[in-house]
Amino acid sequence: MFHALVAVKQVPDTTNIRIDPETGNLVREGVPAIMNPYDAHALAEAIRWKRQLGGKVTVVSMGPPNFVVTIREAIEMGADRGVLVSDRKFAGADTLATSYVLAETIQAIHEEDPIDVVFFGKQAIDGDTAQVGPGVAVRMGLPIVTYVVKIRELDLERRRIVAERKTERWTEVIELPLPALLTCEKEIAEIPFAPLPDLIRSLRYDPEMWTMSGPLEFDKGQVGVRGSPTIVFKMGTPPLPEAGEKIDAREVGVAEAVKQTFAKADAAGILDTVLGGAR
Amino acid sequence: MTTRRFWAFIEQEEGHAHPVSWELLGVIRRLASQVREEAEAAGDEVVVEGVLLGHNVGHIAQEALCYGADRVYLLDDPVFTHYRNRPYYKTLEEVAQKHEPEVFLIGATTLGRDLAGAVATALRTGLTADCTQLEMGEVKGSPQKLLLATRPAFGGNIMATILCRQNRPQMSSVRPRVFPMPERNPHPQGEIVREAVSVTEEDALSRILEFVRPEGESVNIEYADVIVAGGRGLGTAEGFGLLQQLADALGGVVGASRPCIDAGWIGNAHQVGQSGQTVRPKLYIVAGVSGALQHKVGMQNSDFIVAINTDPDAPIFDVADVGIVGDLYEVIPAMLEQLAARRKARGSGGGHQEVSA
Ligand SMILES: Cc1cc2nc3c(=O)[nH]c(=O)nc-3n(C[C@H](O)[C@H](O)[C@H](O)COP(=O)(O)OP(=O)(O)OC[C@H]3O[C@@H](n4cnc5c(N)ncnc54)[C@H](O)[C@@H]3O)c2cc1C
Ligand SMILES: Nc1ncnc2c1ncn2[C@@H]1O[C@H](COP(=O)(O)O)[C@@H](O)[C@H]1O
Repeated sequence: MFHALVAVKQVPDTTNIRIDPETGNLVREGVPAIMNPYDAHALAEAIRWKRQLGGKVTVVSMGPPNFVVTIREAIEMGADRGVLVSDRKFAGADTLATSYVLAETIQAIHEEDPIDVVFFGKQAIDGDTAQVGPGVAVRMGLPIVTYVVKIRELDLERRRIVAERKTERWTEVIELPLPALLTCEKEIAEIPFAPLPDLIRSLRYDPEMWTMSGPLEFDKGQVGVRGSPTIVFKMGTPPLPEAGEKIDAREVGVAEAVKQTFAKADAAGILDTVLGGAR
Repeated sequence: MTTRRFWAFIEQEEGHAHPVSWELLGVIRRLASQVREEAEAAGDEVVVEGVLLGHNVGHIAQEALCYGADRVYLLDDPVFTHYRNRPYYKTLEEVAQKHEPEVFLIGATTLGRDLAGAVATALRTGLTADCTQLEMGEVKGSPQKLLLATRPAFGGNIMATILCRQNRPQMSSVRPRVFPMPERNPHPQGEIVREAVSVTEEDALSRILEFVRPEGESVNIEYADVIVAGGRGLGTAEGFGLLQQLADALGGVVGASRPCIDAGWIGNAHQVGQSGQTVRPKLYIVAGVSGALQHKVGMQNSDFIVAINTDPDAPIFDVADVGIVGDLYEVIPAMLEQLAARRKARGSGGGHQEVSA
C-alpha cells in the first residue's frame, strides 16, 4: 500500500495584497487565505498515485488553528488524514524552525505508518523561499529532488522513484530510493474536481491537533522565535530612483518623441553600443 | 588574531561557471571591505574566499581569483561531475565547519536554491532568500557589524531587512543580475587550495539517468544586452510580433510582464520581475507595462530604460531614463522607421527587412 505525505501551508492570496497609498501600510483586511498553490498541485499528484496504487495520503500543516480550513480543503481533494501542528510557541518561526517542527512531525508519522513519498510545494507564495523542503530532507536524511514536473515511475516493490526536474538548462531525469522527498512545480498535476463523498467527508472532518503538550515532545529551543536564527530588522518601501525625462508624444508628435528619445540614448552612449551588436 | 572569512559559492555546470558566481564575488568583496576598518582595529584579518565543487574545474578556480577571491577552496572529484543535492550539501557542510565563514552567499539559481536551504539547515543557521540589497551594518547589541539582507516580502509590496544575530555563517541567496559584474583582473594574486573530498557515490542516494535538452530555440533574457518588453497594454498576443521586430532591429530579445504569461500570449521564459527573471541589459524598452513593484524589481538596474505608456501617471515612468507618453502602436513603428533610416545612413548594408515599409 502506498503512503504519501504532503506538507501544505495556508497563505494569503498574494495576488490580492494591496498597499494603502496614503499610509504605505499593508492592507490585510479582505485578503483571502488559500492553500499554497504549489502544495495543492503536489497534493493532486499524491492523490493521483493513491488512486492508481491504492493506499492513503496524509497531510501535515504547521500554523494557527485557522489552518484547519486548508486541511479540510485537502480532505475534500481526497486526502485521508490531516495533522495540524499548532501552538502559540510556534509563532514567528523562520524556515529553520519550520523545518524542525515539520521534520519531527513527519518522522513520527513515518515511524507509526511508513511513508513512501513526502511531497512539498516548490515554494510558498507568501515568502518564496523554497527552503523548507530541502531543510526537512536534510533533517530526516531523505534523498530529495526539487522542482519536479513529472513522476515517471513509482515502484513500491523495487523501492524507487524516477522523477523529472526542470532547471534553466535542461530537464533532469533522476532516480532515487524510497522513501524520498519531492518539491513540486504546478505542472506536476492538474487539480481535480472533488468527488462528492470526499466533499461531504471534509465538511465534518476535524484534523488531529498536535501541540507542544503532545503527542510529540518538541524541543522548546528549536521552535518559534527561539528556534529562528533570523529576525526581521526593519520593513519599508524601496526608495525610488530619480525619474528621467518624460516626452509627451501627443504634444510633440510621435516622430519627434522618438527622435528625442534616441538622442538621449545616444548621449548616454547606449544606442551606438547596442547597434554595433545588432544584426 | 582571528580571520573573518567572507564566502561566495562558485557555481558551475559542465565546466562552465555561472556568471552569478562572479557577481557574488563582487558583492562579497564589497561586504568584506565594509568590516575591514573594524577588523583592523581589533587586529583581525578579513579574507574573501570562493568555494568550488566540480570535476576537472581547476580553470574555474583560476577565474574566481580573477574576479576577486583571495583564496579558492577547490573540491574536485568525479562525484561532483553533475550537481546533486546530497554530495554537494554534505561537502559544503564539512568545509564550512572546518573554516567557519562569517558570511556565505549562494546564487539563487535552480541549483543554488536547491542547495542553499540544505546547507543552511545542516549548519543550523539562518538563510535569507533572494536578497536584493546586502550591507554589513551596525546593529545595537552586536560587537561586530552584521549582514543586513534586504528582500521583497508580502508579494513584493514591501522590502524586509533580515539579520541573523547569533548563528554562523550568515547566509543569503542572491538572484543572477541583481548585482553588477565586477571587473576582471587578469593577473590575480590569490591562491587555490585543494581540499580533500570525503563524500562518495554511495552517499549521493540519487542517480541522474538522463538529461533532456530543450528542443528548438531557448531564450535567455537574463544576460541579454537589449530587451524589448511588453505588458497588458499590448492588448493581444500579436503585439509581441511588433516587439520582436524592434528587438531584432536592436539585436535583442523580447520580455514580458506577468499578465502576458498568464494570458498565454508568450512563454514564461520571457517573464521579467519578481517571479520571473531579473535582468540588467544595456537597453530596456518597455511598452504597455504599468510598472508594478513586482515588475520594477526585475528591471530597474538596467543601464538605460525607455518606457512607453499612454498613461502619463504610470509608475513605470518613475524608473525610466526617458518616458514617452503615447500609444505603443504608434511609437514602436516610428522607432523601427528611424532605426532603419539610421542604418541606411551608416551604410551598414541595409536595415531589417520588415522595417522597410
Ligand atoms: C507575488 C507576485 C509576484 C508577481 N511577479 C511579477 C513579475 O515577476 N513580473 C511582473 O511583470 N508582474 C508580476 N506581478 C504582477 C504585478 O503586480 C502586476 O500585476 C503586473 O506587472 C502588471 O502588468 P502590466 O503592467 O503588463 O499590466 P497593467 O498593470 O494592466 O498595465 C498595462 C499598462 O499598459 C498601458 N497601455 C494600455 N494600452 C497602451 C498602448 N496602446 N500603448 C502604451 N501603453 C498602453 C496602460 O496605461 C497600463 O499602464 C506579481 C504579482 C504578485 C502578487
Ligand atoms: N507552515 C508550514 N506547514 C506545512 N508546510 C509548509 C509550511 N511552510 C512551508 N511548508 C512547505 O514547504 C514548502 C516550501 O515553503 P517555503 O520554503 O516557505 O517557500 C511549501 O510549499 C510547503 O509544502
